[in-house]
Amino acid sequence: MLASILASGLAAGAIYALVGVTYNTMFSTSRVMSFTSGQLAMLGGVLGSMFMLKLGLPVIVGFLLTLIGCAIIGVITEFVAVRPVLKNLDQHLYVLSTLALALMIQQVAAIEWGTEPQPFPRVIGWGNGMLDEKFWLPVLACILTIIGLEYLYRRTLVGRAFLAIAEDNFAARALGLPERNLRIASYALAGVIGGLAGFSGGELLLASFANGPLLNFYGFVPVALGGLGNNRGAIIGGLALGLFQQAANFLVGGVFSSVAVFTLFIIVLLAAPQGLFGAATARRV
Amino acid sequence: MTSLAAMPARKEVPAPRSLLSQAAPLIGVFVLATLLPFVSNDYWALIGTRAAIYWVLVAGLNLVVGFAGHLAIGYVALLTLGAYTTSILVAGNVLPPVPVFLALPIAAVVGAVFGVIVGLPALRLRTFYFAMSTLGFATIVTQIALAWQSVTGGGIGIAGPEFSAPFNTAWGFYYLCLGFAAVATWMSANIGHSRYGRALIALRDAEVAAEATGIFKPKMLISIFLLAGALAAIAGGLFASLQTYITPDAFTFDLSVLFFIAILIGGRGSIMGPLLGTVILTILPEIAAPLAAWSTFLYAVLLLVIVLAIPGGIAALLDFRNRRPLASNRAIVPRPAALADIQRKSAGGRALCLRGIAVSFGNVRAIDGLDLDVKPACIHGLIGPNGSGKTTTLNVISGYYASKGGTMTLGDDELPPGMPALRAARGIARTFQTPRVIGESSVLENVMIGGTIEGQASFVEALLSLPRHHRDERMLADKARGLLGVVGLETLADVRADRLQHSELRFIEIARALMLDPDFLLLDEPAAGLSGDEIDRLAGLIKAICRRGTGVLLVEHHADLIFEICDEITVLNLGKILAAGTAGEIRSHKEVVSAYLGA
Repeated sequence: MLASILASGLAAGAIYALVGVTYNTMFSTSRVMSFTSGQLAMLGGVLGSMFMLKLGLPVIVGFLLTLIGCAIIGVITEFVAVRPVLKNLDQHLYVLSTLALALMIQQVAAIEWGTEPQPFPRVIGWGNGMLDEKFWLPVLACILTIIGLEYLYRRTLVGRAFLAIAEDNFAARALGLPERNLRIASYALAGVIGGLAGFSGGELLLASFANGPLLNFYGFVPVALGGLGNNRGAIIGGLALGLFQQAANFLVGGVFSSVAVFTLFIIVLLAAPQGLFGAATARRV
Repeated sequence: MTSLAAMPARKEVPAPRSLLSQAAPLIGVFVLATLLPFVSNDYWALIGTRAAIYWVLVAGLNLVVGFAGHLAIGYVALLTLGAYTTSILVAGNVLPPVPVFLALPIAAVVGAVFGVIVGLPALRLRTFYFAMSTLGFATIVTQIALAWQSVTGGGIGIAGPEFSAPFNTAWGFYYLCLGFAAVATWMSANIGHSRYGRALIALRDAEVAAEATGIFKPKMLISIFLLAGALAAIAGGLFASLQTYITPDAFTFDLSVLFFIAILIGGRGSIMGPLLGTVILTILPEIAAPLAAWSTFLYAVLLLVIVLAIPGGIAALLDFRNRRPLASNRAIVPRPAALADIQRKSAGGRALCLRGIAVSFGNVRAIDGLDLDVKPACIHGLIGPNGSGKTTTLNVISGYYASKGGTMTLGDDELPPGMPALRAARGIARTFQTPRVIGESSVLENVMIGGTIEGQASFVEALLSLPRHHRDERMLADKARGLLGVVGLETLADVRADRLQHSELRFIEIARALMLDPDFLLLDEPAAGLSGDEIDRLAGLIKAICRRGTGVLLVEHHADLIFEICDEITVLNLGKILAAGTAGEIRSHKEVVSAYLGA
């Protein structure tokens, strides 16, 4: 049983962690948390299944098309739901605008794809039992994303520009950084990460429109645990959440595992509103 | 300075809109609704009943979303909870069967409790986090309903409660639901137009200022979460009866979206707007039948359009009064003499005494061992260069920052560090460096906020519109109008505050602070952005306030104002006292001249 908990917990946790990173990537350049994060992961599964099963494209082509599709949705998020409300960020209109866009994406998926979950094809075909690819694929995707992001942020000019904007938007603009283009790029990047989460977790979660709101919530829990904008916190939080949820799943049953996750979420928010690894808030007065 | 005699006589104060004229549109909607059976068929009875049931929920949710500004997007969960609780109690598959009119109140209690549990994160965090916690709750409630087969019937479902005659016909049940909707409207309108409703809006738009007037956020929010949860659960019981048979599939997230969007389309802080929004959104898919499958998509498009194009919703479109242009070149002419008309309740006579106060931000010592005495009926100036710790001192006194050491006493009582919401009750009021007013409320309502803690009526009394509540409202409105006369803004009483100019906002803040009739008034740069004339009038006003026994602590950069009106002056530099004494002593103090005043 321990092996099952570890395998499914780490797999689910890796998906949640990636959705958490998606939230953070959008947040870092725009200070906006977007409800489309979970929908991007949902689309990763749905588009992947559509390209590979319905249209019969080879795995690698389907994979790339899925990521491109999700990147486009990420950029659309920036154009439609984020940019128009950035002027008055303090009114938190982004909650509503991104929710509206997320609902549109979800409805289109529900109507065009169907409301029944549909299978996701085998991607590589290695492993079985506890070492089945549906368990290790999300973990691998998570590791690759971490390495990729570390390389981007530490070694490349674009990555440093991202960091500069995340650190101090005004100062970055004063230095002449193309803030708007970088923001669009970060939304495209967030789309790719979200799509990767959905694609790698496709076999575990199946391709279903209903994964959108589910991943919105389960992907946000690690962000709340780890602190907004903190990728390390989101990944640790995501893996911990996956293990916690699966342990509760095996020990007390499926229903109560979601109750346990919800209770954990509420308790953490009340006890440590800035997350376990988060920084203190700005002064209010 | 301008003499008092030169000021214009008190102008005719426009009569407040009567309660009846405010309620007329709502009553009109319900009169129309009672006529529905005479002009339509059973199909429309179903749709009318559905709209009434949705409104029972939305009426409560409106206080959470529209008034308090907390984005609860998952309220379908409380509808589900109410529906199952009522159905299970009536069916008696767990406990002995209960009559439906007893089951509904029990469901309301369950809904109220869960309303608070889901709302808990809102006490500490706003917006996205709260939206997420309600979304999370919505996802798990459906999962539980599906999995807890022995109680809920799982995916097979359970029969909804049946009402006995005369409510067992389509129109009988319609009138029952309409009755519930009317009561829900009445209750939410009572709260919306009470000091509780105003306090919720204050917490939404100017939380810091709300705390300074003594509004205690957790208590306010828990009250409305209880109410909204109870109404949602009752709506759930009625919904289950309307459906006759409920399964988890009946409670899709689309319903949540409908409730939520109805409020935003209607407009924040309004009751009529969301009511219209609920009716429109319920009918919309019916008259456009081919679009039924796309209804949620349409709602979402509507939401995006509303957010981006008309953030005020229907209510803002219907708000004709605030489209009339205001007079330009308005002058603020306070009448300090009118202060005498307002009865002073506090005895005063206590001194505010700070000893060894120290505050650091990181490694920066903003205040470093400050001693300060503010005597009653005395104007005490606090001056110094930028960053010398003046505003920080005010924030320590009003409890936004906790001092790392030292003591603060008011008379014989020690002031607890932190806890800004407790200061108003101790008789300390303040204004802010950047005016913190509620833009969407009228000037009068902004001032009435200042007296929130003076109200006697409890939340339940306000909910049921009992006599004590009306006494409170009259008392607060009269006092606020009087004070608007004192600061010279009474002609603008019914105007939305965000239409005023900067200097007028400063005077609104002073009137709001005076609502408490404070023993100590902390003014943070009240003259910033005022014209020369206005500064003179401000000086007269501050002196008049002080003569009534209120101690004033004045942070200001206008040296002329300080030296003109202050009895005592303390000069800060780098968080420490550089000098203290009378105006004459300070003006000739060598270090003060070199560090701050200049030669």
